[in-house]
Amino acid sequence: MYPDLKKTIPIDTIGVEERVSRLNKRSIKKESKVQGLKLALSMIDHTTLEGKDSPGKVKQLCQKAKMPYAPLPDLPTVAAVCVYPNMVSIAKEALKNSNVNVASVATAFPSGMAQLQVKLDDTKYAVDQGADEIDMVISRGEFLKGNYSFIFDEIAAIKEACGDAHLKVILETGELETLTNVRKASDIAMHAGADFIKTSTGKISPAATQPVTLVMLEAIRDYYRETGRMVGMKPAGGIRKAKQALQYLVLVKETLGAQWLSKDWFRFGASSLTNDLLMQIVKQETGVYQSNIYFSND
Amino acid sequence: MSDRIDVLKTYKTYVAGKFPRSESGHTYAVKNKKDKTVANACRCTRKDVRDAVVAARSAFSEWSSRSAYNRGQILYRIAEMLEGRKDQFVEELELLDIKKKDAVKEVELSVDRLVYYAGWTDKISQVFGTVNPVASQHFNFSMPDATGVVGITSPQESPLLGLISTIAPVIAGGNVCVVLSSEKYPLPAVSFGEVLHASDVPGGVVNILTGYQKEMIDHLSSHMDVNGILNTNSEKNIRKQIDENSSLSVKRTYHLTENNWIETEHENPYYILNFQEIKTTWHPIGV
Amino acid sequence: MSDSKQSTEKVKDSSNGTTKPSSPNADLKLDFSSFWDYSSAPESRDKVDIQEKYGHFIGGEFIDPAKGRYMKSINPATEEVLTEFAEGTTEDVDKAVKAARKAFNGPWSKLSAKERGKYVFRIARMIQERSRDLAITETLDGGKPIRESRDVDVPIAAAHFFYYAGWADKLDYAFPGRKAEPVGVCGQIIPWNFPLLMLAWKIAPALATGNTVVLKPAETTPVTALKFAQICYDAGLPDGVVNIVTGAGQTGAAIVDHEDVDKIAFTGSTNVGKIIQKSLAGTDKKFTLELGGKGANIIFEDASIDQAIEGVINAIFFNQGHVCCAGSRLLVQEGISDQFVQKLKDRMETLIVGDPMDKNTDIGAINSKEQYERINEYLEIGANEGAQMYQNSSNLPENGYFCKPTIFTDVSQSNRIVQEEIFGPVLTIQTFRTPGEAIEKANNTPYGLSSGIWTDKGSKIFKVGQETRSGVVWSNTFNKFDPTSPFGGYKESGVGREGGLHGLYPYVNLV
Repeated sequence: MYPDLKKTIPIDTIGVEERVSRLNKRSIKKESKVQGLKLALSMIDHTTLEGKDSPGKVKQLCQKAKMPYAPLPDLPTVAAVCVYPNMVSIAKEALKNSNVNVASVATAFPSGMAQLQVKLDDTKYAVDQGADEIDMVISRGEFLKGNYSFIFDEIAAIKEACGDAHLKVILETGELETLTNVRKASDIAMHAGADFIKTSTGKISPAATQPVTLVMLEAIRDYYRETGRMVGMKPAGGIRKAKQALQYLVLVKETLGAQWLSKDWFRFGASSLTNDLLMQIVKQETGVYQSNIYFSND
Repeated sequence: MSDRIDVLKTYKTYVAGKFPRSESGHTYAVKNKKDKTVANACRCTRKDVRDAVVAARSAFSEWSSRSAYNRGQILYRIAEMLEGRKDQFVEELELLDIKKKDAVKEVELSVDRLVYYAGWTDKISQVFGTVNPVASQHFNFSMPDATGVVGITSPQESPLLGLISTIAPVIAGGNVCVVLSSEKYPLPAVSFGEVLHASDVPGGVVNILTGYQKEMIDHLSSHMDVNGILNTNSEKNIRKQIDENSSLSVKRTYHLTENNWIETEHENPYYILNFQEIKTTWHPIGV
Repeated sequence: MSDSKQSTEKVKDSSNGTTKPSSPNADLKLDFSSFWDYSSAPESRDKVDIQEKYGHFIGGEFIDPAKGRYMKSINPATEEVLTEFAEGTTEDVDKAVKAARKAFNGPWSKLSAKERGKYVFRIARMIQERSRDLAITETLDGGKPIRESRDVDVPIAAAHFFYYAGWADKLDYAFPGRKAEPVGVCGQIIPWNFPLLMLAWKIAPALATGNTVVLKPAETTPVTALKFAQICYDAGLPDGVVNIVTGAGQTGAAIVDHEDVDKIAFTGSTNVGKIIQKSLAGTDKKFTLELGGKGANIIFEDASIDQAIEGVINAIFFNQGHVCCAGSRLLVQEGISDQFVQKLKDRMETLIVGDPMDKNTDIGAINSKEQYERINEYLEIGANEGAQMYQNSSNLPENGYFCKPTIFTDVSQSNRIVQEEIFGPVLTIQTFRTPGEAIEKANNTPYGLSSGIWTDKGSKIFKVGQETRSGVVWSNTFNKFDPTSPFGGYKESGVGREGGLHGLYPYVNLV
């Protein structure tokens, strides 16, 4: 169903920033901190998206995903690993018998500058290789010139190509620039069938920010009120510290509530975040500040 | 000597742009310094005050939302009209035994004072408004805005210049007023009403009542729809009464009681500011 | 982890690694309570020293009250006695005014404006240095959340001193065509809702312009003023320039009535303001009054809705609604009112009511028993008037004076809860159809302190802002304060301005 864009709500940037700043003042201590850190760990899409990625690198990444920190075997695993399509089969094999999903970027990631058929083939290939989740990019050029129906149709087509795989739509908010654009793109993506909406590829600066995430969470909430369908959220890029992750969780908790506080509805696209979360968890367990030499870099 | 009998003028009040007689139906004798009755003036009371306040209130929204430029034009127009009737006013002052030389000076200064305030209308917010550099991402500015209905007790002496010196800063700032004219010398006030009437001043912006101030001050200063009082009466108990009444509705009340209205001190933008509210507006700065 | 039903189900669902998200049941309730609650995060008061008893600060020293009587200051969050403070009598006030006069005639007036300003700068810095101590004290004494005393009251108080300090030697630029002279001895009476901040609003411009002051803090919140007295002492401010006399209404009246006071500055209720104005009748004392309000917060259908929701929350629930400029009357355009109220209720669910010392608390304790009872009385009045009451579902602490954030729908302009200032976390919600109707409703009150306008359309902001009769217009924001920004009311909300350049006027005679 194509959304009524006339109904798109204007966004006041300063108001959003003030809200974020107030949410950041939540003090997360003691049990709630431990609980939050573990929750965040379980929500990570542990990611490698580099031109130099190789089977060896991906296999090691997958080991880390399955067993983030051997001394604490009861810790949750991350939610998924996220790789390029040609690495999906490697990851799938490495994650066999685990509950870690394989996510693949597709649709001429990160620019999306290819014709639809290429994007569809890219998607189908990744799904055929065993991807559980597809992270697509929208065509920002078309969006910015106002060709919203193009965006809608393209997402709908990719969604169809995904079959049972679960579709995350990357808005690349750093290129959309305004929060009103972010809200509009979120509405289009959800109406076109996105299972998740995601901020960024990680290749453009700024990547995920809290104001952008808050606006997307509010869009999800309004869409849920309107249609009854829950859509997930994935901030990606630039989230490196445990403290930031907790701040994001506060955003989710106070915007969408407890239903969204699970890896089914919220993910972090990140790579170095995993280790900082682990260091903080171990610090909470031992009472001693940690050094990264005790944590594997994969 | 002509056999012709002069047609004498009936002095009425000026309310809501019209010239009604007092609701009371009474008049009082206006006398010159030799105690000779020169005319009768309306002896206004409570109900006239009430009607005048209603007239003023209904004129406020339109007058205060006129452009500053337009208000300036109208004040200047009053000056033009007064200049044109200079002789009439000089004669009227002479009727009250004011010396011709002084009468001419009073009328000329009155015209000049109107011109002075006419020029302020579109500068007051430039000079006394501010843009405030708040520490957050907001644009913030403060502007003077008219207080509302102002009651004026005009001075006993200087019946024209004192009157104009109190009215002009009040209306220049977008306020409307109810004026109790000089008790002793009400005639120039009534004639000034005629000037206002001929000067594009919307009805109700200035309302002029004659009579005994003591019979009206209590009602005017206690009226809950009056927002400010400009008092020139120096009597201590009257002053106190005005102050006490003002507290009923938190009126802005100023006393200008020891004055030589000829002084240039009375060309004073701070008199405009006395009946201005500073309104501060905030707005975020973002895309 | 919480074992709430919903979350455990989700965890189970995802444990096989293949489930996809699906639509939940049709019940569209958002659940803000059951999972991942914040642990308590209380600010420590260990390093804060509050004496058992305080005297007045007069002539540069703390002295016992003439009659030897003391009052108690209660921590409204616990109902425990925090400290005792002197009850000021006419004699105490007289002593303070004499000290202020002596300082005014002596060292303070002899000081150059530049040096005077440096004292004020010094005070500003000392407030910053002691900011955490002051914030904690403010919260213990008045019940406001530590988040607010830490992030709003104390930093803005310091900023006020900074701002006005700089004016001291620049007054020639403030008043075109005139020279500014100090008024003399200023009597200042401040309320309990922002004790230190209101002190700053009063004392900073008074000192910068060369006056001396006798200030009386409110009887429920005297402690930060007494800690400020210590700052004045430590800053080496000449004796008698700042005098703090504590006590209740009678002490205030003694200041107002004192013959040798040149100016009165009062912040408080409109009723008391009128009494003060009346008792000043016939005197030459200058005065400024910052009184009550019943601010309208107007939401147009083209507003940034989610930011407007946040604005409404700040407008009425900031400082438990103990704010004279609170946006206590919400006016929502009919087309969005259902959606807006729904969102407002969702947002209210995330407000945390409770221990003011907890860093996560959004709504702390009602300032006093008296105010607590007054608010409850209004809740009853609202219900009796037929309005629909909705409150968030917090559990209130057993001790202390707490009130849940409350909204009333189905109200009309004629209801008492719409007309009268409640001074608590209580919002009334009315609808309107056209801008004209909104303006009319907004202005249909004897108050005129603040208003809010929410729309994405710039020209509408200016039009509505122009027609709204209030001293502060917050457009697409609310309850923002800054030392450079003048504040004060139209109509019965007061006389004069505090803050900004315009805040200098009450403290000078122009010659």
